Amino acid sequence: MLLLLTALFACALLSPLIFRLAKRNAFYMVAVVPAAGFIWLLTQLPKVLASDPSAGHAAPNAPPSISIDWIAALNIGFNFRLDTLSAVLLLLILGVGTLVLIYCGRYFKNDDPQIGSFAAKLVAFAGAMTGLVTADDVMIMFIFWEITSVLSYLLIGFSQSLISARRSALSALVVTTFGGLAMLAGLLMLGAQAGSYQLSEILAVSSQLVAEGGYIDVAVALILLGALSKSALVPFHFWLPGAMAAPTPVSAYLHAAAMVKAGVYLVARLAPGFAETTFWLPLTVGLGLVTMLVGGYRALRQYDLKLILAFGTVSQLGFIIAIFGLGTPDAGFAALALTLAHGLFKATLFLAVGIIDHNTGTRDIRQLSGLSKSMPVLTVTAGIATASMAGLPLMLGFVAKESVYEAALHLDGTLRLWVLPVIVLGSALTMAYSLRFIVGAFGPSKRQKTPTACKRPTLIFLAPLFVLAAATIVLGLFPAPVEHLVHSAAGAYSGPVKVHLAAFSGFNSALALSVVSIAVGVLFFWLRQRSDTGAPLRRLVVSAEELYRGSVNLLDKVAIWVTGRTQRGSLSFYLGVILLVALVVPLGIALLVATPWPTEWVLFDHPAQAVIGAIIMAGALIAIVAPKRFMAVLMASVSGYGMVAIFALQGAPDLALTQLLVETIVLVSFVLALRALPRRLWVGLTKIHWGRAAIAISLAVMVVYIAIGMMAARTEAPISLAYPDLAYHEGYGKNIVNVALVDIRVWDTFGEITVLAAAATGVASLIFVTRSFGAKRLRAHEVQPGSIDHGSEPIGSRGAERELGLHVAREFGRSTNRDWLMAGSTLVAERRSIIFEVVTRLMFHSVLMLSVYALLTGHNTPGGGFAGGLIAGLALTIRYLAGGRVELAESMRVAPGLLIGGGLVLAGISGIIPLLAGDAIFTTYAWEFWLPIFGEHKFVTSTIFDIGVFLVVLGLVQDVLRSLGSEIDVLSEGRSPVDPHDVVASSQTGVGR
Amino acid sequence: MSVNITFLAITGVLLAAGFYLVLERTLTRVLLGIMLLGNGVNLLILTTAGRLGKAPLFESGLDPNVYADPLPQALILTAIVITFAVTAFLLAMIYRSWMLNQADVVADDTEDIKVSLSSAYDEEEDAPLAADTTEFVDEEGRPVREGEE
Repeated sequence: MLLLLTALFACALLSPLIFRLAKRNAFYMVAVVPAAGFIWLLTQLPKVLASDPSAGHAAPNAPPSISIDWIAALNIGFNFRLDTLSAVLLLLILGVGTLVLIYCGRYFKNDDPQIGSFAAKLVAFAGAMTGLVTADDVMIMFIFWEITSVLSYLLIGFSQSLISARRSALSALVVTTFGGLAMLAGLLMLGAQAGSYQLSEILAVSSQLVAEGGYIDVAVALILLGALSKSALVPFHFWLPGAMAAPTPVSAYLHAAAMVKAGVYLVARLAPGFAETTFWLPLTVGLGLVTMLVGGYRALRQYDLKLILAFGTVSQLGFIIAIFGLGTPDAGFAALALTLAHGLFKATLFLAVGIIDHNTGTRDIRQLSGLSKSMPVLTVTAGIATASMAGLPLMLGFVAKESVYEAALHLDGTLRLWVLPVIVLGSALTMAYSLRFIVGAFGPSKRQKTPTACKRPTLIFLAPLFVLAAATIVLGLFPAPVEHLVHSAAGAYSGPVKVHLAAFSGFNSALALSVVSIAVGVLFFWLRQRSDTGAPLRRLVVSAEELYRGSVNLLDKVAIWVTGRTQRGSLSFYLGVILLVALVVPLGIALLVATPWPTEWVLFDHPAQAVIGAIIMAGALIAIVAPKRFMAVLMASVSGYGMVAIFALQGAPDLALTQLLVETIVLVSFVLALRALPRRLWVGLTKIHWGRAAIAISLAVMVVYIAIGMMAARTEAPISLAYPDLAYHEGYGKNIVNVALVDIRVWDTFGEITVLAAAATGVASLIFVTRSFGAKRLRAHEVQPGSIDHGSEPIGSRGAERELGLHVAREFGRSTNRDWLMAGSTLVAERRSIIFEVVTRLMFHSVLMLSVYALLTGHNTPGGGFAGGLIAGLALTIRYLAGGRVELAESMRVAPGLLIGGGLVLAGISGIIPLLAGDAIFTTYAWEFWLPIFGEHKFVTSTIFDIGVFLVVLGLVQDVLRSLGSEIDVLSEGRSPVDPHDVVASSQTGVGR
Repeated sequence: MSVNITFLAITGVLLAAGFYLVLERTLTRVLLGIMLLGNGVNLLILTTAGRLGKAPLFESGLDPNVYADPLPQALILTAIVITFAVTAFLLAMIYRSWMLNQADVVADDTEDIKVSLSSAYDEEEDAPLAADTTEFVDEEGRPVREGEE
């Protein structure tokens, strides 16, 4: 069994290759695989028939089975089981599959490039169906079930260029996967309740399950939903006629013999156990009978041969499912016989339509005329199949239908009263559309007097039809093998089977019903022919397809409406929504639960706090209303510098130091970046928006309110009480904050420097965009003196003083004295400031020394890697401001990427080394030593980590200066004093020049 | 634990100003807002941490309660540096946006607006189709009769 599955899927994988070599004749080679499977199945039949379908796995007479563990924890495995029901369907799947593949060998054009993948899908489909009907594990069955849906989608959409094919494929997929999802839920519910996901075990305990009611009722109804959608019952039936966009062999195989039988199979499988659940009868028998009538009626109205068959299939599927749904042994017996009969005749008829379409170029019965003369062999073959469909004597269809009538006659009172008339009526419709089909296809046409031109089909093209038609008539005359098969399958039911299959079982009520239905059917056909004007179809009052399209359209509209209302494309709208949610939810919770309220309040801890506070608040508020951008930036900085004082007063020297340095560098960066933006961009921004203000103020009040509650709610001693001792004894440092950063909470810091690296790279990428930023570094001696930053506005005051300043600067540039700065002479005179250059020269190295000092002593006194890195960064900033971009390049010959990368690596190494020594990651060691001048000293290994931090921070600052400073200089060079990037209006360059 | 009203007031004003600016469309003002928010939140962490105390520099034998709480300080220190990185990144973004659009505002996403204006009608799904009665058509849709070769 497993070999068969593997062979089918392997064949599917290989077929594109085979087809490249052998073209369409490769279909014959591919057909060997299902044919071999069919023969293997025949050899297995005696064993299968001898087994008892309801026997458990261990029982001696259990059907052949295989289990391979897959997900043991979920109790899901590749468990397959071949009982008679599976075998019967498998015979259809493999037998019809083989014949359809052979048929394809003449159906398609030899040079069609798509047939390779087409054959692959068809064979894979046979594999999926094989898996579906033999799987004992419901999850495995479900997987195969969904594979068939996907393959069906691909096969219907075979003609990718046709919109109708794509659309039909999609609606088939949507409908069947919708059912599939419902089914999955049902299977899970059922499996959970049964305690097993094996079909055989679930069915073994079905009577207990059914007795539990409610929950199982729903589970079974959900599973049925899957079956009904797959087998195209009302109201899901519309996808099947749509699926006729597929090539005809696909319709013959998927939509007559195989896939649509998946739903039938599932109903047949569950019927012995779950026919008594609440929703079973209405869903199967009820909808099945409705489908039978709707399908039959609509088939009678079609002009396209394929559509007559498609609606006929819908009708027959409804019929079969209704009979299986009855749940009696008789019904199960009869329905399975009907399934076989249907598979044989419907496949024949579809293939016949394929030949007609292939050889005449149309399937429209209004255009076809006189084919019985030009294609007599096909006419007889199709006639046999049609007779079987109509339920005429001698055919398997008749035999099966007789047994159905028989089974229906054995039903109890009310049910029989409902079922019997409907199936007689449905059979009459079947008779009628069968006539319409055969007369329309092969008979003379009312409107088309000249016979349709066509070529005769070759025998090899017809061969598969002969086999199917022969089976229909032989098994109709001698139904014993079928009887044997379906009788064995009915063994799954608990009661005895009282009906039989016979070519002629005497003059009884079943025969009478057949006669009635045939007679009424002929009448229907006569009425229909008389009223048939050949006019296009009228629209139905309401069709399921229109309902489907309508609901899909409604969904589209709702989606667009919702998207349009929520995804507005406005950042401030999104932020507003986010902030409002952030306001309402926590505030709601805070108000609902009892919030503790502090008892102790102080106005301030130190009077200076009040003064500083006033400055900070003023800075923040003025930043909002400041009429000029630079003023707003400065005001924000004022509040930032205010924080420095707050930190200093609060016993946080490290914070004060860091904030001071950062605030300074941020201010410089701001000025550097924004100098390119013209002043007019700020106009009109200071108008207060009261809506935003309301959101902002409420949020702030909410945060403060919750913070008060938090402070009052604090009961435990803070964990940081242990920090001083931890820092000194484990981290070997006195600066508790620094030890926390490089040792106690080192992972946080490591994460943070990674973020810094990312931000630095981001800055550089945004400014340099596609230009390489690792390009050749500027050297002062290679640059034309007095060329850098040309076009700058003169520094200093205006008027005469400016002239004097310029004069001095030019003199300074010409002087033969060694420059104070390495690249000072590269700047234009307007850009130079002698005093600044001298001061920079004097300060730079001292500041660098300070930064190293802060880094190395940071473990014990305020400072550390962050502060050290920022100080060094400031030193660089000063060099850049005084000497321009060449000076920056000269003063830092290492690329920032190298600094940042090196810093990260160093920090990482400091964490890994202890691992090599067998300690925990980031363990700190200390060595004490004595140096001649410096005296007693202690080296702590976490300093290495801090050096890494230092390098990353320095790299970040360097990247900022290089990007927001140097690169923007280059981009705006020579365009000052006209606004460098502004083409519209000329205004002041900005600041900082 | 006593509550410092001044700190709460500063926090509130910084946050309110920050939220207000963040809600604007001008990127520069958004950035100023983020900086103010950063300061406000840092102060909030400091406020909730406890009263002022000695700088957290270890001295043998001192009661841990005497120090200002070092843990929030470590957190804030990290936050300050991260805010710097974010600021630099946003500054680069502002410059880039200026280079591309000659504007300093976050423009509405035109693709999003297109979505809200789009119609539910889709050619692929909703166009009316003529019924086809044969599979054997050429590229232009004309029927071709195909016999056996």
